Amino acid sequence: MRNIGAIFGKEMKSYFVSPIAYVVIAVFLVISGYFFYGMLSSFVQLCIRANLQAHYYRMAPPKLNVNEWVIRPLFHNLSVIGIFMLPLITMRLYSEEKRSGTIELLLTSPITRVETLLGKFLAALALYGIMIGATLLHQVFLFGYGNPEGGPVLSGYIGLLLEGAAFLSVGLLISSLTKNQIIAAVGSFGAFLILWAIGWLADSTGPGLGKVLSSLSLIEHFDNFSKGIIDTGDLIFYLSFIFLGLFLTYRSVESERWR
Amino acid sequence: MIEVENLTKYYGSQMAIEDVNFTVEKGEILGFLGPNAAGKTTTMRILTCYMPATKGTARVAGYDVFEDSLQVRRRIGYLPENPPLYNDMSVSSYLGFVSRIKGIESNQRAKRVEEVMERCSITEVKDRVIGKLSKGYKQRVGLAQALIHDPEVLILDEPTVGLDPKQIIEVRELIKSLGGDHTVVVSSHILPEVSMTCQRVVIINEGKVVAEDTPENLTAKLKGSESIYLEVEGPQEEILQALKGVKGILEVKAEPKDGRSAFYLESELKKDIRRELSSLIVGKGWGLYEIRSRGMSLEEIFLHLTTKEEEV
Ligand SMILES: Nc1ncnc2c1ncn2[C@@H]1O[C@H](COP(=O)(O)OP(=O)(O)OP(=O)(O)O)[C@@H](O)[C@H]1O
Ligand SMILES: [Mg+2]
Repeated sequence: MRNIGAIFGKEMKSYFVSPIAYVVIAVFLVISGYFFYGMLSSFVQLCIRANLQAHYYRMAPPKLNVNEWVIRPLFHNLSVIGIFMLPLITMRLYSEEKRSGTIELLLTSPITRVETLLGKFLAALALYGIMIGATLLHQVFLFGYGNPEGGPVLSGYIGLLLEGAAFLSVGLLISSLTKNQIIAAVGSFGAFLILWAIGWLADSTGPGLGKVLSSLSLIEHFDNFSKGIIDTGDLIFYLSFIFLGLFLTYRSVESERWR
Repeated sequence: MIEVENLTKYYGSQMAIEDVNFTVEKGEILGFLGPNAAGKTTTMRILTCYMPATKGTARVAGYDVFEDSLQVRRRIGYLPENPPLYNDMSVSSYLGFVSRIKGIESNQRAKRVEEVMERCSITEVKDRVIGKLSKGYKQRVGLAQALIHDPEVLILDEPTVGLDPKQIIEVRELIKSLGGDHTVVVSSHILPEVSMTCQRVVIINEGKVVAEDTPENLTAKLKGSESIYLEVEGPQEEILQALKGVKGILEVKAEPKDGRSAFYLESELKKDIRRELSSLIVGKGWGLYEIRSRGMSLEEIFLHLTTKEEEV
């Protein structure tokens, strides 16, 4: 446990010493803020138009749901923007240790490989958590000026965290395969896009294969969370995906030594 | 303290070391000598549990490096060929991190970091970023990292590479001061280095141990002859014939030098024939200007060993 903390602390420090953490958080906030603003203003216009119409026809104004019109699409946007940001979080975790030779320090110190792995994973997850946590700012506006349901917001964040963790475990795996952090970043980005888009293929293939493919898509499982539904199937999917990613990373670090 | 038995390592199908055997006693400083690609780093990486051997066993402090890897890693300090440094950290925070992963109790850490910085003379750069230090300072930070948990066993892979002469002397002094309390293995491809710091030397070449002894004994043991240098005034051909007649002489070479003749003699090992030689020369009425034993420097042994391997 102590050793996980040591690795975690080291990685967090390195995120914030190199400007990676600030850049990732700032860019994420700007882009998500831009989308948020766009969605919010079109929602406001929609409300105004609906109210005018209702007034014209002398009917009661319709109740438009902010959850459905703003929050749900916002979560989808955040998860897509995340795909662009997450490779930057994981790219150097192992590849840089391999390039600089510090992996020799880690592997010959009295800490286990699992501890190193978990320390790194948790640090990446923490930075990601800070990144999506920063978007709570957007929600503050919604809760301040409207009355959205809290449940779907909470479940949306849980979903974002799980989905991001799954991506991070893949990014960590790819980082452990190369000495070059640029290759790690590009490779992770490609893998994320495939994992994201695999569901699209599902529509064009037959019903049998299509179902398998869409159930593999990381985004597909996110949909329920953004609607406010926490399904045990989705939970199990994400958790086993994360476990598999971490396990393969462990094996990859381990097999390096045998070559 | 360290026992290595039949250690063999293949990278894929390429042999790096084969049937390496040696032991190191507690408190001893062992020199691990070999030319490039001899397998020094490979052996050290196996000893430090960085990678497993293909065959054979190695034990450190009685623990197998493969079976009881964690126990071994607790007891070993390792300076790899390239010091494992995080360039964006400051010296003191780097050592703080290392002290944590080496399992030093939290109330001891600050004290240990101070001590080890003192010992490696890096206190004055403790707040500098490692990436901006000079090569010599980086090497010393690497050494501090290996010493921080006061390990029983130290494995140092070419610790003086890239240092200036003054720093080399300092590091050698440091290594010498470690003997006794610590068991040290130092690798090098520079002979004077190991003969100066080590009590015993293992010479490795192309993955195999070719010699193991004290620096002094190696000199006597490895070559079957001793060299003598003679400078005589007189008829060269006649002297040459007379010298060839002396018992125990294996080979004589002559060359003119400043109007006199220089002779390079190889005699049987552990047999000093200088007395016989001088009486022979003086008895014949030639002028003896110089006579001395050339012994054998480690450097020559080393060249001898490595060239011999290549000839096969
Ligand atoms: N990771 C590796 N993959 C494949 N071959 C390797 C690897 N590391 C070392 N070798 C090979 O194993 C042999 C021994 O290498 P090693 O690094 O142990 O030599 P060394 O004695 O440390 O040499 P140097 O003095 O140059 O550091 C060399 O032939 C080298 O090419
Ligand atoms: Mg080497």
